[in-house]
Amino acid sequence: MTIPLLLLTAVLIAGCATVVADTDYGKVALDMMKADFKSKGPASAERVFQQDEIEKSCSDTSQAIAPAVSSRLEAAQLASVVYPSDGKYLGDWKAGEVIAQNGRGLQSSDPVGSVNGGNCYACHQMTKAEISFGNIGPSLYNYGKLRGQSEPIVKYTWTKLYNAQAYHACSNMPRFGHKGILTQAQLKDVMALLLDPASPVNQ
Amino acid sequence: MPHSFTSRSILAALTALTAVAASTAVPVLAQTSATDEIAKYRQMLAEGNPAELWEARGEDLWKKKAGPKNVSLEQCDLGKGPGVVKGAYAELPRYFKDTNKVMDLEQRLIQCRTTLQGLSYAEAVKTPFGSAGNPSIIEGLVAYIAGESRGMKMAASASHPAEKRAYEIGKQMFYFRGGSHDFACATCHSASGQRIRLQQLPNLLDKKDAQMTYATWPAYRVSQGEVRTMQHRLNDCYRQQRFPEPVYASDSLTALTMYLAKNAEGAVYDGPALKR
Repeated sequence: MTIPLLLLTAVLIAGCATVVADTDYGKVALDMMKADFKSKGPASAERVFQQDEIEKSCSDTSQAIAPAVSSRLEAAQLASVVYPSDGKYLGDWKAGEVIAQNGRGLQSSDPVGSVNGGNCYACHQMTKAEISFGNIGPSLYNYGKLRGQSEPIVKYTWTKLYNAQAYHACSNMPRFGHKGILTQAQLKDVMALLLDPASPVNQ
Repeated sequence: MPHSFTSRSILAALTALTAVAASTAVPVLAQTSATDEIAKYRQMLAEGNPAELWEARGEDLWKKKAGPKNVSLEQCDLGKGPGVVKGAYAELPRYFKDTNKVMDLEQRLIQCRTTLQGLSYAEAVKTPFGSAGNPSIIEGLVAYIAGESRGMKMAASASHPAEKRAYEIGKQMFYFRGGSHDFACATCHSASGQRIRLQQLPNLLDKKDAQMTYATWPAYRVSQGEVRTMQHRLNDCYRQQRFPEPVYASDSLTALTMYLAKNAEGAVYDGPALKR
């Protein structure tokens, strides 16, 4: 009785071991995607399939990310933020508006090396004039009028644009500076769109 | 064919829609009214969806002798036995014994066209997405086959281990974040009531939303003047997601389709529909 039971257990364990290896669906999916997706234009396979710590942690389907993990991830992201070397944070809001409207760049259909947009309106309300805005992110209408231009606000805003994960791990917002989507000059223009009292955002 | 309108009338209607959206001053109102107008417009065209032209062309293609072997596709097994088209789409993707894998409709069509008609793989995947003057055989066939499931309940199975596995892989893909923008499918499609600009985004984790979305593809895209398949829909999502391009009819896309199909289970199929 004991021996067959032991044998059965052994078989079960062996069986499970195979199953476990084969049911790491995250790995299976990644390997499959690596084989099936081909780099095209600026959308390269390496860029997508070499996930960094944030991307990996935020792809977990099984559970919400633990608070301790969030804090650690946020701290690491915050430490990597690069601030303007000349200490100037605000550019031209008119150029910022163009960036906010532009949804192109880095798609497989875009030319390599083209100017990327920020596509802010895809997710945020920004100005009163633009009624075609999305709602994945909060409204930024009157962003600067409500907050002013104190140093902490300016720095916070820069950090948020540069790397939204620094304040909110697994935020849906792209890391515009960290990932090189927007240049430092473009980020300054978007800063001006948000904070300049003359910007339509603050009218 | 009972088609009384032209692409010109579609354009005129779209222009009118844009004017409505642009002339309204209050943002929230503008969004509501634009959404209402689009709904009305869809209603208006529901009786004359150009997809019917693709369905008719697809039926001809299905029955026409073609390929090196000069045979029709009428003996193609879409999962319910050779030659059964009625209700086949509603149960795809599914596991096929002869290939020992889970296939979606487009993969299965490749299989039938290569084995029955003797086409090479390259010939069978040629022009998956048509354009003016270069119609796609695949889009025609897909429109016809999908149309033959209209009114039926979507019932993709996950009882076979390979089907369950495809579902699990698809789920992982749905949540996979990467690329320049850190986007996943879930970034836009895992919460209700969200929009990109004025475009509403279905929450594909919500049964109702998932059903309404999945059970209306393939669809005639007004903006493109073509019937587009699920493969095309997913391709375009990945393009906007800043991902590389998925190879046509790859197993990854079938896995993702399986995940979506299961989320939409029980929906009454209402395609090929008419979409923006």
